[in-house]
Amino acid sequence: MPPILQVHSLVKKYGDFTAVKGISFDIQQGEIFSLLGPNGAGKTTTISILSTLYDPTEGDATIAGHSIRKDPMAVRRVIGVVPQDLALYEDLTARENLEFWGRMYDLSGKSLANRIAEVLEQIGLTERAKDRVRTFSGGMKRRVNIGVGLLHKPQLLFMDEPTVGIDPQSRRAILDTVKELNRQGMTVLYTTHYMEEAAELSHRVGIIDHGEMIAIGTQKELTQQVGQTETLILHIGENDDPAALAQSLTGLEGVLQAQATDHEVSVITPEAEDVLAAVVGAANERGIKIRSIDIREPNLEAVFLHLTGRALRD
Amino acid sequence: MLKLILIGLKDLKIMFRDRAALTFMLLAPFLLTLGLGFVTGSFGGGGSGLSDIPVVLVNLDKAELGNALVDVFYSEELSTLVEPSGAASAEATYRLVEEDQAAAAVIIPAGFTQSIIPTAGTFSPDPVQIEIYSNPARPTSAGVIKAIVDEFISRVEEGRISGMTAILSIPGIQNMPSEQVEALARGMFENAEADSDSTTAIALKKASQGADAVQFDPLAYMAPGMALMFLMYTVSYGGRSILAEKAQGTLPRLLVSPTLSYQILGGKVFGIFLSGVAQVGILILASSVFFGVRWGDSFGLVLLILAAVFGATGWGLLLTAIGRSAGQVSALGSSVMLIFGILGGSFISLEQLPPFVRMVSKITPNAWGLDGFTTLALGGGLPQLAEPITALLVMGASLFAVSAILFRRTNVMKR
Repeated sequence: MPPILQVHSLVKKYGDFTAVKGISFDIQQGEIFSLLGPNGAGKTTTISILSTLYDPTEGDATIAGHSIRKDPMAVRRVIGVVPQDLALYEDLTARENLEFWGRMYDLSGKSLANRIAEVLEQIGLTERAKDRVRTFSGGMKRRVNIGVGLLHKPQLLFMDEPTVGIDPQSRRAILDTVKELNRQGMTVLYTTHYMEEAAELSHRVGIIDHGEMIAIGTQKELTQQVGQTETLILHIGENDDPAALAQSLTGLEGVLQAQATDHEVSVITPEAEDVLAAVVGAANERGIKIRSIDIREPNLEAVFLHLTGRALRD
Repeated sequence: MLKLILIGLKDLKIMFRDRAALTFMLLAPFLLTLGLGFVTGSFGGGGSGLSDIPVVLVNLDKAELGNALVDVFYSEELSTLVEPSGAASAEATYRLVEEDQAAAAVIIPAGFTQSIIPTAGTFSPDPVQIEIYSNPARPTSAGVIKAIVDEFISRVEEGRISGMTAILSIPGIQNMPSEQVEALARGMFENAEADSDSTTAIALKKASQGADAVQFDPLAYMAPGMALMFLMYTVSYGGRSILAEKAQGTLPRLLVSPTLSYQILGGKVFGIFLSGVAQVGILILASSVFFGVRWGDSFGLVLLILAAVFGATGWGLLLTAIGRSAGQVSALGSSVMLIFGILGGSFISLEQLPPFVRMVSKITPNAWGLDGFTTLALGGGLPQLAEPITALLVMGASLFAVSAILFRRTNVMKR
């Protein structure tokens, strides 16, 4: 079966600034594919191009066989979009919102009414259907926002950071919804800067940074790129200098890489326990107080750190 | 097309759920009209926004009907409304009007009576026309004068046609000598005069609907004045919603749905138009129900409302095209609402403003709209509304075109 999405050397420039630098990737039908990267990496721009909101400067993509450049209207019929920011009419009720957006996707009559009922059930808001969206909590609004994207049963659903700024319970509900949708056969392109979400949801992950796709594969394939390494996260005092500590650790035996962030130093090593004593000793020599230490198995965070030299949340 | 309508209806629904917007759209103009009505004593039937309208009369006819029209202007009923004066020639009246000393001049040409009541061998199927020379700077007052003359002419014309019908139905009229026909006609005319309650043609309609037409209700000026002023708020609110949707993400979401850009923008414009029509329609209806204003020609009223809202929608779009954000459009809209309210005569009758301001007022939908509503309140119909309606349509179309160019330049349909 051909991929539902094929992206070929996509470029987006704004004057001298290049937001997306020739990225290429495919998504297979029935897959959850996550674009993982820090804020400003180019995830939203990529989704905006693929959903035909922006024209690419160069390159093209095909969705279900339709080119985003040549036949954007056909693309719009087969995709669903859940934007990062809530895109709802707050003075309309949940049902009125779904009805309006359903009509924009050419649904009408009984099929629209049935889909609204199904979606309300799916997002757990049947009881609140007649209430204005304005009266909803942030999590409930997010669910309506997702519901709008599902109304016309799209072949490919774009979800742009759908869990940003919501409580853990709502976040959990959204992640479960995504998994359930995928279980029902929906293909999902999910963007996030949360490594845990990408790891939990995705069949494959594309790591994007500064507009470039720096790695792509399953979680296992990606972590193998890092090798059998572990990461030590040293949490230091607010008044201590993490950069100085990272510099002093770089030359230690068994330390592959040391990187400073806010009040933290990440140390990549083949065996954490072997270097632990030397690391603590180096910190003591510099008078830096280590408050706590985390040891992490290879994960997407480590991959990102390994590939960019920066933590994902930077 | 369906999507365009759906977007417009959605905007109308949203606007009517916004309490603050409703207060501005409906409550504020209604209360202001009410307040102005009390202040001016309009509810007591005493005060009037229009009085002592200067009009120059030239009676070159000097016969029954010409004299009757002059008598109408000097009648007791119109003594507070008009201030007639005479002039020797048409040229002299033109000068007085051009110098803004009169709202209009009425020139009754020689032979007017004879063209209506012919003497032997002078019958003409077309009567001689009375000329009204209007002062464009005083459209409302000139409209009052026109309404008085129109009423007079319509009564005379009514009498002429019924007289001709009566005469032509007399058996053997074709073989009757012309002197005898003339005597018959004159006799019928005199009998008709004797049967009436008064000696003037205008007085004949005293008890009829037409007689009310020359009595101007100041609320018929205040109510649309306020409605038109707050219409500018509504159209700027609607225009603002285009940019607000862009900022809140619903416009980009619409743009990634299978909906064409023209349907989206068209729907937004339709929404502004619908909201404006609903607002002005409700306020005008309220002026009839609560203030007893009579608007006369319903078809003309509907057309005028549609044209006024169309013109104002053009302004709303222009403000949106100029503004960079929803907040900026709101601020611009409020300013324009007040400026147009003053310039367009919503607060003060344009005739009390300097000639320059009256000239500038023509750029506002308020001035043209008020001109139209005044005409309607004075008993005017569609023919008399042609000028304001055309002006409003041209205004709207021009502003739509300019806005379209600006929208294309600012690329409002892209995030």
